[in-house]
Amino acid sequence: MLLKSLSVSKTDFELGTGWSIKPEGACKGDICIPLPESSIDADSGMLNVNEVASAMNLPLAHEPQAKLWAMGPDSIGGRALSSAKAPELQLPDIDGNEFKLSSLKGKKVLVYAWAPY
Amino acid sequence: MPVWQALRQELHTQGFELVTVGLDTLGADGCRNFIEAAQPQHPSLIDQHHVMADLFGVVNIPSSIWIDEQGNIVRPAEAAPAPPKDASEDSGPNIDLPAVMPPRLVEMMGEAVKIPNSSVDYHAALRDWVAQGSESEYAMDEAKVVQRSRPRNEDTALGHAHFELATQLEMDGNHVLAIKHFRLAHELVPDSWTFRRQAWSLEKLGDGPISRFWQGPNPENPEDWPYEGDWLADIKREGAENYNEGFKG
Repeated sequence: MLLKSLSVSKTDFELGTGWSIKPEGACKGDICIPLPESSIDADSGMLNVNEVASAMNLPLAHEPQAKLWAMGPDSIGGRALSSAKAPELQLPDIDGNEFKLSSLKGKKVLVYAWAPY
Repeated sequence: MPVWQALRQELHTQGFELVTVGLDTLGADGCRNFIEAAQPQHPSLIDQHHVMADLFGVVNIPSSIWIDEQGNIVRPAEAAPAPPKDASEDSGPNIDLPAVMPPRLVEMMGEAVKIPNSSVDYHAALRDWVAQGSESEYAMDEAKVVQRSRPRNEDTALGHAHFELATQLEMDGNHVLAIKHFRLAHELVPDSWTFRRQAWSLEKLGDGPISRFWQGPNPENPEDWPYEGDWLADIKREGAENYNEGFKG
């Protein structure tokens, strides 16, 4: 996920990474990773990105000239997928209408990646 | 894409849906011509940051992921050839080729035909799964789905982060900084053809229909090419037979 600062709201973090912030830590599926108390600001609820990334072993790439960071995906289990549960995929169509893959529950779905190059 | 639409129309009554995702940092502008020409009835989405790579481990195009009615992946990302009779469309969208083909394009097409094509096996398996669901031998259990998904370690995960930075910098008009992070992504995720093809496609050769398919140095000033490899050099080095893994049951 892209970041303009190293402080992020829980909601943005959850939308950007697919991990939920719970009392026991950052959770996805059956996995929960404990977070240090200092990584969440008690008053604002904002997350300290450096501490969270370090606790969860999430990579951070930085471009100082643009004041921009990107936090990469987890590498738990050493594979792109850590379970068979399809992650939520939310993307726009060419008119900007957002679509959620989860809206197709109940159908067999083939997701086809292509490119115009 | 038209051949996939025909397949979708045929299988739609059996509870099947197709979702196409165009991986392009240029977004709707990059994909619009192809999508408007196809007039899809199915969801047709745009992925500027290649979240398909982060979420599913997509490393080349075209590729597919199969997901069952419960939202479980039954086949992770793998090469998705066009249906057999239209296998010529396999390597990507059709483009208007120039009347006189530049030598590089002739050479590229010569390599492209050597890429493994498992169209017959893949499409037989797809029909079997649509008909039989979890009873199909081609629907994998969870352990196999995870094990067959792409390897990922701390380096490759960091490469994904650099790729996302690069795409955002490109979208912000900061092409020089984008190149810096595309290069880091290529170094850290050497098995991703999409990360390379995306970056190469942004170094357009002219404005014609082949501008984004050239994927390599301009013959007039090759020293300006900002990347280590290019499509032709890389496929020769890696071997066209290794460009994708083909269909493994």
